[in-house]
Amino acid sequence: MLGFAVLFVFARIPPTVFRTWTPWFYAITVLLLAAVLVFGEGRGAHRWLDFKVVRFQPSEFAKLALPMMVAWYLHARALPPTWRNLAVCALLIGLPAGLIMDQPDLGTALLVLASGAFAVFLAGLGWGRIALIVGAAMATLPVLWQGMHEYQRNRVRMFLDPEADPLGNGWNIIQSQIAVGSGGVVGKGWLGSTQARLDFLPEHTTDFIFAVYSEEFGLIGVVAIIAAYLFIIGRGLWIAANARDTYSRLLAGSISMTFFVYVMVNGGMIAGLMPVVGVPMPLVSYGGTSAVSLLAGFGILMSIHAHRLRGR
Amino acid sequence: MTWRGRDRNAVKDLAQEAGLFRVRAAEGFLIIAICLAVLLARYAWLQVLRHDEFSGRADENRIKLKPLPPSRGLIYDRNGVLLAENILDYRLELIPEQVGDIDEALQRLGKVIAISADDRDQFEALRKVKRRFHNIPLRYALSEQEVSRFALERHRFPGVEVVPYLTRFYPHGSDFAHVIGYVARIDSDDRERLEEARYSATTHIGKTGIERYYEDLLLGDVGYERIETNAEGRALRVLGRVPSKPGQHLRLSIDANLQRATVAAFAGRTGAAVAIDPRNGEVLAMVSQPAFDPNLFVNGISRRDYAALLNAVQRPLYNRAVLGGYEPGSTIKPFIGLMGLRLGLRTPETTIWSSGEFHLPGQSAVWRDWKRGGHGSVNLREALAQSVNTYFYGLAVDTGIDRMEPEMRAFGFGAPTGLDLTGEPFGVVPSRSWKQKRFGKTWYPGETVIAGIGQGYWVVTPVQLAHALATLAARWVSHPPHLLLSLQAGIDAQPQPVPIAADGPPIVASPEMWDAIREGMEAVMHSPTGTARAFGIDAPYRIAGKSGTAQRARRRGNQEYNENTTPEHLRHQALFVAFAPTDAPTIAVAVVVEHGSSGSKAAAPVARAILDAYLLKPKSEMSP
Repeated sequence: MLGFAVLFVFARIPPTVFRTWTPWFYAITVLLLAAVLVFGEGRGAHRWLDFKVVRFQPSEFAKLALPMMVAWYLHARALPPTWRNLAVCALLIGLPAGLIMDQPDLGTALLVLASGAFAVFLAGLGWGRIALIVGAAMATLPVLWQGMHEYQRNRVRMFLDPEADPLGNGWNIIQSQIAVGSGGVVGKGWLGSTQARLDFLPEHTTDFIFAVYSEEFGLIGVVAIIAAYLFIIGRGLWIAANARDTYSRLLAGSISMTFFVYVMVNGGMIAGLMPVVGVPMPLVSYGGTSAVSLLAGFGILMSIHAHRLRGR
Repeated sequence: MTWRGRDRNAVKDLAQEAGLFRVRAAEGFLIIAICLAVLLARYAWLQVLRHDEFSGRADENRIKLKPLPPSRGLIYDRNGVLLAENILDYRLELIPEQVGDIDEALQRLGKVIAISADDRDQFEALRKVKRRFHNIPLRYALSEQEVSRFALERHRFPGVEVVPYLTRFYPHGSDFAHVIGYVARIDSDDRERLEEARYSATTHIGKTGIERYYEDLLLGDVGYERIETNAEGRALRVLGRVPSKPGQHLRLSIDANLQRATVAAFAGRTGAAVAIDPRNGEVLAMVSQPAFDPNLFVNGISRRDYAALLNAVQRPLYNRAVLGGYEPGSTIKPFIGLMGLRLGLRTPETTIWSSGEFHLPGQSAVWRDWKRGGHGSVNLREALAQSVNTYFYGLAVDTGIDRMEPEMRAFGFGAPTGLDLTGEPFGVVPSRSWKQKRFGKTWYPGETVIAGIGQGYWVVTPVQLAHALATLAARWVSHPPHLLLSLQAGIDAQPQPVPIAADGPPIVASPEMWDAIREGMEAVMHSPTGTARAFGIDAPYRIAGKSGTAQRARRRGNQEYNENTTPEHLRHQALFVAFAPTDAPTIAVAVVVEHGSSGSKAAAPVARAILDAYLLKPKSEMSP
């Protein structure tokens, strides 16, 4: 409900207003993220801030604040970005992403990182440079591995060999693949998922809901929903291409492409293509603040579309 | 300011930027499309190519087979009296997962329902092999008070349940302990032997007696319920079931009334008695005293009770009727007498002189009659009536041990009778080869002398003795003794007779020989000279009997035997065999009373009581 309210409010705000407030929004987000590390609550990981009146995850803000900030920064500069500009972007991205990873919340950090990176990519970064950056990122993987929490490492290990511990850490991966596989081409029908009904599948209303969906609606349902997602992404990029200015373009493009990351990471996790990371399936997973930020993103897209260049 | 200025030097070409963005957006979209195609391919691979595999695993996940225990066959006596039944009882079960802190819960539970150390040990042993969400029995056979007391406190014990179950019950307690035996919880030794699948739902197994011998028939066939379970293994609904098949009901040849009368006749003394119908080998009563309450064993006997049974001097767990080895003493004399007739060494009228002492030619050793001064001139009839040792000493010597052995084996001595109980021993018929094998020594002629009166190496069991006598009473036809009469698949099913072992080879003898032996044995009971005339005199039917006394103390030294000074466990064993009515015998009994004075005094009254109970029973009790 809150999500749709935000969606409509954001859709009414012109992109120029967003652009003006971007640096402030970004600064506040980073401050809140830092505050979470100090005062935050939550099971195992500190993700929540409790202001008595409202509790929320500042990391959700970052999902919007970061692409806005990168777009804001690049908007005023010549494109494609220079090395110097890239370095600044890296800082802008790295600061919130690092704070979120420290909570620790690998999934959101990944999304935030991706949203910033997509903005840079869309800004026209040369393929040669992309290759260099990706190569450098690969090189830091061992360092990242060292910095990860043990449970995160276990998730990666389990992804590589879920059958090693089928009743423990490998359980989710195996059970969700069983759900998907047993769905077959046509699925078991609405509410026909035995994996979910009998509690074999954990978190089947949130992160693993797509497994239930796949079990109930089969490959046909999966193709349909993936096609719908692709259409949304394509539409978002189309809006971006027709946007009024660089800021709007980069922001709209980034939001659209980040949408893809949700689908890919969640869908991949359920099908055993990716490690278990707490990324929801957009618009399908039940509730949470992540839905709000997603809808806010769509609100911005609509705003950008409403203020597109006409007559071109 | 400077860096910003330099940065601004780059010309910002808006049109070119928009173009660049379009290219990037297209490229990005292409990459996204490819990635999603890979994702879809993965789903197609899982859902199409590996669908069967995962379907199977999903079913495996949710469908569990729950074995259903068959109800054990009931056991009846020949007239339909229930000897072993299944009754509804309650047990306490724990689900560790739901209980949480088990030690603490047991502590609190102990205040509501008594839990012994044995119970806890059993529980802990089971806990190791069962999963956390499985029910594990803690206490069996809860009393009504315990069930209601727990019902009040129930809310305090999540994960603890009172569960009804069928348990074996022996309504007649110790009276049939050695015939029926008992069932008890399956232990690790049993597990090695049994067929795991057949017992997947069964907790108990026949340990002794009929329960053990006919375990296969009594058990029945396990059934299955296909149940849908959730991830915790809890059953949600039943998808289908194959009902279990109850075991066969057994009808035994035992007559419950006779069995009880036999127990009563012992009046607490130690010993054994076996009664057989000579017409068909059906065992009518089989008693070993003292006995025990088989119900103690069903749900786990306490260590204290078990130790008490195990350490009792009288050995109540020992089935003397089947396993007990005794010297037959003078009860062998009818068989020796018949041997003399069959081999043509004696006629019924041949007389010998009993002087009270018997010598072998050229030897100084003396074998005596029980009556000082001897019995004078006796024929076979009188030799049996008065139990004249000298008659049988001489006959044994004339026959020779090598001819005696097969004559005795013909009556079933020295081999298991084939009774349907496990562990029947062979017993011993004295022979040269047996002694050579057992002791590595040659045979002495003196040993032949005492073999003639059932002493020396002789070992017979009460079952063997009763069977031999039944064979004699049936005019030499050997019907193997058996306990199982018929089977019934269900309570209302037609009883099915069981195949009975073929009769043994008939012993060739003329009717005159039978009459001679019968007359001698009748004289024991009914003539003025008979050794057991005190117990035959008022009988409304004719009895053929023979007493025997096994001299337990004899081998322990040469001192005089005195009934009053000898310790009880070294005193003589009293034996008595009898069949009746003599014109058409319907029952043959063998009785052993341990530590009795003599066969005629201690065992004969027991035998008489058995015969009375069987032959004088009111007509109404004869029909089922």
